[in-house]
Amino acid sequence: MALEVTEARPLGKPIKRKEDARLVRGQGRYLDDIALPGMLYLALVRSPYAHARIKRIDTSRAKALPGVHLVLTGEDLAAKNLAWMPTLAGDKQMVLAVGKVLFQYQEVAAVVAESRALAEDAANLVEVEYEPLPVVVDPFYALEPEAPILREDRDPPSNRIFHWEVGDREATEEALRRSAVVVKERIRMPRVHPAPLEPCGCIADYQRATGKLTWYVTSQAPHAHRTVLSLVSGLPEHKIHVISPDVGGGFGNKVPVFPGYVCAIVASIGLGRPVKWVETRTENLTSTNFARDYHMEVEIGATEDGRVTALKVFTIADHGAFDAAADPTRFPAGLFSIVTGSYDFPTAFAEVDGVYTNKAPGGVAYRCSFRVTEASFLIERAMNSLALRLNLDPAELRLRNFIPPEKFPYRSPLGWTYDSGDYAATLKRAMEIIDYPALRREQAERRARGELMGIGVSTFTEIVGAGPSHTFDILGIKMFDSCEIRVHPTGKVIARLGTRHQGQGHETTFAQVIAEELGLTTDDVIVEEGDTDTAPYGLGTYASRSTPTAGAAAAVAARRVRDKARKIAAHLLEVAEEDVDWDGQRFHPVGAPARSVGMAEVALAAYTNLPPGMEPGLEASVYYDPPNLTFPNGAYICVVDIDRGTGQVHVRRFVAVDDCGTVINPMVVEGQIHGGLTEGFAIAFLQEIAFDDTGNCLAPNFMEYLVPTAVETPRWETDRTVTPSPHHPIGAKGVGESPNVGSPAAFANAVIDALAPLGVTHLDIPLYPWKVWEVLRQHGITE
Amino acid sequence: MFPAPFEYLAVRSVEEAIDALARHGYDAKVIAGGQSLLPMMKLRVAAPSVLVDLNRVEGLSGWQEDAQGLRIGATTRHAALERARPLAERYPLILATAPWIADPLVRNRGTMAGSLAHADPAADWGAAFLALRGQVEVQGPQGTRSIGADDFFVDIFTTSLAADEIITAVRLPRPVGHPEATYLKLERKVGDFAVVGVALNLEVDPEGRVAQAGIGLAAVGPKPLRAPQAEAALIGQRLSFNLAREVAALAAEAADPTSDQRGSAAFKRDMVRVFVQRGLESLRQRIEGRQPASA
Repeated sequence: MALEVTEARPLGKPIKRKEDARLVRGQGRYLDDIALPGMLYLALVRSPYAHARIKRIDTSRAKALPGVHLVLTGEDLAAKNLAWMPTLAGDKQMVLAVGKVLFQYQEVAAVVAESRALAEDAANLVEVEYEPLPVVVDPFYALEPEAPILREDRDPPSNRIFHWEVGDREATEEALRRSAVVVKERIRMPRVHPAPLEPCGCIADYQRATGKLTWYVTSQAPHAHRTVLSLVSGLPEHKIHVISPDVGGGFGNKVPVFPGYVCAIVASIGLGRPVKWVETRTENLTSTNFARDYHMEVEIGATEDGRVTALKVFTIADHGAFDAAADPTRFPAGLFSIVTGSYDFPTAFAEVDGVYTNKAPGGVAYRCSFRVTEASFLIERAMNSLALRLNLDPAELRLRNFIPPEKFPYRSPLGWTYDSGDYAATLKRAMEIIDYPALRREQAERRARGELMGIGVSTFTEIVGAGPSHTFDILGIKMFDSCEIRVHPTGKVIARLGTRHQGQGHETTFAQVIAEELGLTTDDVIVEEGDTDTAPYGLGTYASRSTPTAGAAAAVAARRVRDKARKIAAHLLEVAEEDVDWDGQRFHPVGAPARSVGMAEVALAAYTNLPPGMEPGLEASVYYDPPNLTFPNGAYICVVDIDRGTGQVHVRRFVAVDDCGTVINPMVVEGQIHGGLTEGFAIAFLQEIAFDDTGNCLAPNFMEYLVPTAVETPRWETDRTVTPSPHHPIGAKGVGESPNVGSPAAFANAVIDALAPLGVTHLDIPLYPWKVWEVLRQHGITE
Repeated sequence: MFPAPFEYLAVRSVEEAIDALARHGYDAKVIAGGQSLLPMMKLRVAAPSVLVDLNRVEGLSGWQEDAQGLRIGATTRHAALERARPLAERYPLILATAPWIADPLVRNRGTMAGSLAHADPAADWGAAFLALRGQVEVQGPQGTRSIGADDFFVDIFTTSLAADEIITAVRLPRPVGHPEATYLKLERKVGDFAVVGVALNLEVDPEGRVAQAGIGLAAVGPKPLRAPQAEAALIGQRLSFNLAREVAALAAEAADPTSDQRGSAAFKRDMVRVFVQRGLESLRQRIEGRQPASA
């Protein structure tokens, strides 16, 4: 049940989301709600070819259309040294194509006109003559010697972007050789798209008189965007004001900088008028960043009695035409090295080769700390294959191999120090809720009747909260985050953070953290994010990092405010500071609870009645550099029934037990879990950004890229265990991405469990009905 | 996502519409619900220079029954048919099919006649129209004519309508026996076009024998298909599990699917078999439930 925002001691309570009052009334202010006087509209001309030489661009008909103000091509940008821009992954990307195009729907020209419709009309009048080139769709082919080199700008010429490895190759191979059992599986995590409800867009508003650029943008990381923009454009950073208004979902899609943004800024500077660019759904799905697209090969070794001995992983990562991932600098494959998961592997080795193909650039961390979903999917699928080989129940295999609670902090063979966890407790809770033994008995009975029922288990470990400055940066900027708290004379608080929520509920949850520390209610605290002129610098909201970083900053800043407040309270209570007690809501003299002052009285005194020599005001600003990442975990159990006639999979039950440490708002956490599970369900059963042999995108709209509705979404059953992070100020770990990271394997494992009696050990997701039907047909057991 | 510029004509009569079509030829398109046309225009897959809007033409909306059958006006919405409870007794396939069309928003605007004229092979009404042996009433510069279902669909997005002809109504014949019907659809998510759709309409005599059978198939050919041999195998028979199997196999043979993202041709063909068999089995149970025990 939701509680009012006026509830005292709000931490851990299901406080109603403060932002919903405006969002559910349609009174949010999203990017496309903003209209500035004199605003023009930008539309992009895109390539129909996946790989082609540009022979000629004729913009004369477009320019001649009345109401058209500007047409930009790659050559125009090249003259300003802006034809290419850096990606957050350290690669570079064409803003508008120069010489050739490298993926279908690549940006080729930009048209600015009086209205959006007119801009689209004019874009259709730009004539581009192409000479098609051989297309590379398959990343394995891209690495063959005869494959055409896609990126002529690279030296040495190669379609390999990077090779990255971690762990001890020799020890791992030796351990595998000595293992009684070795299971090998090829597992693909297909290309998907975050597909937020609101697509990406911006308004660039350059004022010639002041030389100031105001840039409204759908951004998960407004401060980072401002810095990147300043470095790329040469505009002084203090004259760039980035405003990320209400954002309608991000899921990693709104971390990178896109060509449309750069074009709008160039156009606004050139024309001295505001220029809006908002992508269409097709543009979003086909050009602004995809996620995943990992081709993985895993070997897992074990003893006869099911103790894991070694893990070896080889991966080809298809990044498309430009490496436009947003991974931290030292991690070209993100945090993929979490791939040993929840299990106590003595040794492990992982390598990833990033590859260019003629596809849209990426891949972003879609609701995932940089490739954690891929890693989690791989290990959770591989553990299932191992269980099959050993003829062990997959839950039992996991219980035998979990890192035990007493081993925390646990140093993984691939270099991470897990903060805390009690994995067996989490799994046992899930097994208890779903009555696992009874399910297995039911399955045996159904199998005897020829029915196809499956039970899938996924016990994932997450790695979030990037990250400590000794390890994490993006383009050199350390991945701390920040919070500034100002308590005004009547005890009301405005807090600003360096993060930018897109639906996560920060306006409520961070208000809860601060209100709890200051003895206030959530109603007393306004949380503001997304305006670089007012908010302190931070790296933004993605990778479930906000609570571990900015959330920690909020708690620490509030404690600093309280420290000063205690001094003022001592003054008001006329006792020594060390004789002042804080009971969670008020200050009182030790042993005399009847006399007390609250934060409102203290705040007023901070501006009116200070102890001698004290600086006025009541505020604090904290930049929080986390000592470590946090490691949430979860145990998901999924039950499916398969229709033998159609191959359709019905998800009968799904129990998700999450452990994200201290819970700030259980209702918000549950909402995050529901959303992420729904995405995981879509990834497992419905979604793929596929391409044909000539590089045509086969899912360029919501008719082909399927987003589940309430009709097909299963009913979620959620619960939690609580193992606080020992190093986070309030013990919170972050939760947003857990369900997306952990659930795809639970769904896949359930389907494969149903088909296991046929000898099936693996099927690639998405598990479309026709794929399942094909298995049934091959075994002659269709209806 | 804006259409190319076009001229918009809100005509008041069928004659005025036909005039406009005759004047503009293939540059003109008729719009009723617009649920297929407008998305195509927004994607600029279609760019008619003139839209002729039938929605203000009086007398085109709504359905009436008479001795010959059911007449459904050209601008009658899917939603109106979905909720047409009085049709449940004699035209159950209409009520069985309508809820499967897209989503409620589309059903509130889209029309049966528009869907048939658009001739998307995956459309649900096409299969139902064939199964019911419907006809379209057509008006053109030369007057009116009617086209039977089997002669109406020509190819993908192609019908035997001339460029200056308009469907004014869809006609469905009055059933010869007691009708039982069902529509089965495999969709990837709610609101999706059919991966495979099967419309079954049986008219049963008082002895429980099939007097008339209609089996229409969606999304398994370049146009909506009927399965005549499967239908013929049902005539004069009482439904049984074995007969359903035999008919389902014949219906699967009538399918002519292609492989695509939604599944292989073999898969789609087999879905026809599975759905016809399941559909006939459910109809058998309904028919037997109505029969006195002695029959």
